Amino acid sequence: MVEGIIIKISGPVVVAKDMAGVKMYEVVRVGNEGLIGEVIELFKDRATIQVYEETSGMQPGEKVVSQGQSLSVELGPGIMGNIYDGIMRPLKQIQKKSGAFMARGIDADAIDHKKKWKFVPSAKKGDQVIGGQIIGEVAETSAVVQKIMIPPRVSGEIKKIVKTGEYTVTESIATVATQDGDVEVQLSQKWPVRNPRPVKSKEEPTIPLISGLRILDTFNPVAKGGTAATPGAFGTGKTVTQQSLAKWCNADIIVYIGCGERGNEMTDVLKTFPELVDPRSGKPLLERTVIIANTSNMPVAAREASVYTGITIAEYFRDMGYDVALMADSTSRWAEAMREISSRLEEMPGEEGYPAYLSTRLSQFYERAGRVTPLAGGNGSVTIIGAISPPGGDFSEPVTQNTLRVNKTFWALDKSLASKRHFPAINWLTSYSLYLDTVTDWFNEHSGSDWRDLRDKAMGLLQKEDQLQEIVQLVGPDALPDNERVILEVTKMLREDFLQQNAFLEEDAYCPIEKQYLMLKFILEFYDRAQEALKKGVKTEAIAGLAIKERIARMKEAKNETFGDHYKELQAEMSSQFSKVGGDAQ
Amino acid sequence: MSKGVEYTSIREIAGPLLIVEDVDGIAFGELVEIKLDNGDKRTGQVLEARDDLAVIQVFEGTRDLATKGISVRFTGETMKVGLSKDIIGRIFNGVGKPIDGGPAIIPEKRVDVNGLPINPTAREFPDEFIQTGISTIDVMNTLVRGQKLPIFSEAGLPHNELAAQIARQAKVKGDGGNFAVVFAAMGITFEESQFFMKDFERTGAIENMVAFINLADDPAIERIITPRIALSAAEYLAFEHDMHILVILTDMTNYCEALREIAAARNEIPGRRGYPGYMYTDLAMNYERAGKIKGKKGSVTQIPILTMPQGDISHPIPDLTGYITEGQIVLSKELHTKGIYPPINPLPSLSRLMNEGIGKGKTRDDHAGVSNQLYTVYAEGSELRDLVAVVGEEALSVRDKQFLDGAEAFERTFITQSKDDNRDIAASLTIGWDIFKLIPKTELKKLKQEHIDKHLGKTE
Repeated sequence: MVEGIIIKISGPVVVAKDMAGVKMYEVVRVGNEGLIGEVIELFKDRATIQVYEETSGMQPGEKVVSQGQSLSVELGPGIMGNIYDGIMRPLKQIQKKSGAFMARGIDADAIDHKKKWKFVPSAKKGDQVIGGQIIGEVAETSAVVQKIMIPPRVSGEIKKIVKTGEYTVTESIATVATQDGDVEVQLSQKWPVRNPRPVKSKEEPTIPLISGLRILDTFNPVAKGGTAATPGAFGTGKTVTQQSLAKWCNADIIVYIGCGERGNEMTDVLKTFPELVDPRSGKPLLERTVIIANTSNMPVAAREASVYTGITIAEYFRDMGYDVALMADSTSRWAEAMREISSRLEEMPGEEGYPAYLSTRLSQFYERAGRVTPLAGGNGSVTIIGAISPPGGDFSEPVTQNTLRVNKTFWALDKSLASKRHFPAINWLTSYSLYLDTVTDWFNEHSGSDWRDLRDKAMGLLQKEDQLQEIVQLVGPDALPDNERVILEVTKMLREDFLQQNAFLEEDAYCPIEKQYLMLKFILEFYDRAQEALKKGVKTEAIAGLAIKERIARMKEAKNETFGDHYKELQAEMSSQFSKVGGDAQ
Repeated sequence: MSKGVEYTSIREIAGPLLIVEDVDGIAFGELVEIKLDNGDKRTGQVLEARDDLAVIQVFEGTRDLATKGISVRFTGETMKVGLSKDIIGRIFNGVGKPIDGGPAIIPEKRVDVNGLPINPTAREFPDEFIQTGISTIDVMNTLVRGQKLPIFSEAGLPHNELAAQIARQAKVKGDGGNFAVVFAAMGITFEESQFFMKDFERTGAIENMVAFINLADDPAIERIITPRIALSAAEYLAFEHDMHILVILTDMTNYCEALREIAAARNEIPGRRGYPGYMYTDLAMNYERAGKIKGKKGSVTQIPILTMPQGDISHPIPDLTGYITEGQIVLSKELHTKGIYPPINPLPSLSRLMNEGIGKGKTRDDHAGVSNQLYTVYAEGSELRDLVAVVGEEALSVRDKQFLDGAEAFERTFITQSKDDNRDIAASLTIGWDIFKLIPKTELKKLKQEHIDKHLGKTE
């Protein structure tokens, strides 16, 4: 333990002398109040420290004490459904101690040390175990069973393991005889947040993460274990998209990081998630969710750490064999926190004042996503979905550009769509997913064998529309040939009746892939019928006037469970309507 | 602490900054008192504390300061403001000193002006409708208690008139008193400040108001403190005295300019357009001080006003503000030129918390539908106007002409209202339904059939 003396304070950055021996990124207690800080620069015996709390009133001359380890979080039963600040202090406990306003210097354990959990062992005395091996489980919430693992880097023979019973997270439940002596294993373990948790191997992500949003699943799917970015100007619906994913995506565990965003948004999550029920498990959504909330007015250094805290929790559950989805809203605020600290360190700035290592940090973060084989076997994944808030909605800025280089799915939120109230305001032409080919097999198998063909055909039409619109703007729609006017009719359907989705409408907030497939199929069937009818001499006006269009517009409101029948009924009706105008297939 | 120790060892004066050397035991953020050779006093705050040196920002500016002949006393306290319920009805300068000729405030509580962040778990989600009496806000961009909803304006637009009208008319249904306005002016002109003061006096609003005024010729650096003091006062009245506080902050653009000025004086690395990289955090520290707290009766609602330089909404000031606040009310030069007051353009305007505050039991069950439908009518009508400019009105279909008329009527009857017209929500919704009479019923897709039947009568 090193003890030094503060010689300089400038906002969240403190410099202390007599710190020789302290390590980079080691945690220190700063000043008389013992605020938590982290060493970020060393020069001879001087250490530069970023402090996770407000430093007003602190004086040079106060002491700094090193803690002998880098910034770590405690992982174990009690995490689920909780809300933490950027360095994993439980906000509910802090509220109990300091009231509605967050005073500084308050300490609280991330997980309750007194609560007893029912542990059911699955390993027995004499078993050879390695790091990551599961030795038992705790049913943490009704939705999540927490697997108790041997900490990474520990391996040997189980000398002792407790029977099924109630234990706290700090009690020893097993003793492992290792080469370096006995190691006690508890229900909880600590992990330094800036180090990725080790895995046996990384695999190619081939299974899509289903979000229930048609523009994502059908057009630009992200794979489980993949990465996605949602950049957008304010008011384009970044947070609504992120929250929608957190609510409905088919991951087992959700880690939601509110990084430098609005306080009321976190309150909203806390208010709505317990009331919402996971359509798959039937359990409240909060029971599979962990929230990290470092709002925009909370200390900036903790904002920088919040992203690492979140990903570490995600990796911990991944190692148990779960599919975890992590939402980081917003990575721009995280980058800005880096910039703020970098500027206080008087580092040479890179583009737009961001530190030169912005790109490295972003890639390191996104690389922690992945579909993996955990140390002791099995299968788990962490999917990262990062929101970006580009200044002025301009995607050429450093955070967006550096993210795109390491990110395989791009969901571009578009201000002009948002101002037309087209939600989700994700631009179908500029967005992309590089997972499309790898998840095609899965979709073809699980929705319909022509899934990819339909998707490509629809995309082709939308691209065609973009070209046609340019002509229309010059000479008006009447100048287009009939078959192209039909394309415009159909793409209008695709945009309004398929891509637009109403997050506030019960049946539409989550659209199962079976329904997505049939909706798309039906619109394209309409297109084919219309083109056929044209060939038979039916007028475009007659096609545009078909009553089935009204039914198509209301497809999204139809019941999800019975949509298959609904689809058949629609097909019959379409046939009869086309026959009436003389466009039947015979 | 270094309380009472005086230093004369000034090393450097630059812009608003004063650097003192050979100091000992200075606290970060500590307040200092600077005595000039002629006996005048100024205040400042420690921006950087080292073991032998302190960087101080001087609130009243550094004019007439010299490296010799002045003394600096460290008070051992961070920036605090003394508050009691007696502040209501009073006028203070930008750093909290009375300027209305009244007595000094005997503080019941002294609080740090920077405040503390509200714990997200302690927040209560805002959902009480505030009626401002202005149709475009009440129907289409509803304000709720505890929200922060800025007005994005431009030089030459009547944002002051609008803010004064909101302050005068704002009320919550079935809720009588315990309402007060905290008014914080940053760098506004004497005339602008007179406009507000006269308006508040004329309408008697002054009785329920606290004003903090930093004028355009007051030191820029004081502007950094003004909103913090005002918000401390607001939090105190809301959460200690159960009052509902509406905070008007004008003009945030001046505040940000002051922030840039200080950053430049400190030789900091500038971010976009020379504004400091931490401007987002700094603005958030102010804007996030709005809200409601579980178990407390009071609330703080904020209406910051900012003038967008050249009307550019992507300029860093409106841009960062928009990322923090819960929506925005955008004023339009075009509407203003047409003679429309208040020139609120509903198309780029937004209230993020609206959904929670409207509907059955809160306003009326047709509220959301009317709002969406009005938006569609106006959006389509506006687009058609552009088309008419190219092809002429004759080329339009009957349906298109109806939408054009709808948009026209919307501007004339719905947006337009006089400065003393206080419309209740029912009256505003009725005007909306009058506009829908111009549109064929089949085109009213955003409205529920039952509402159409009720307000426009059943067809067949």
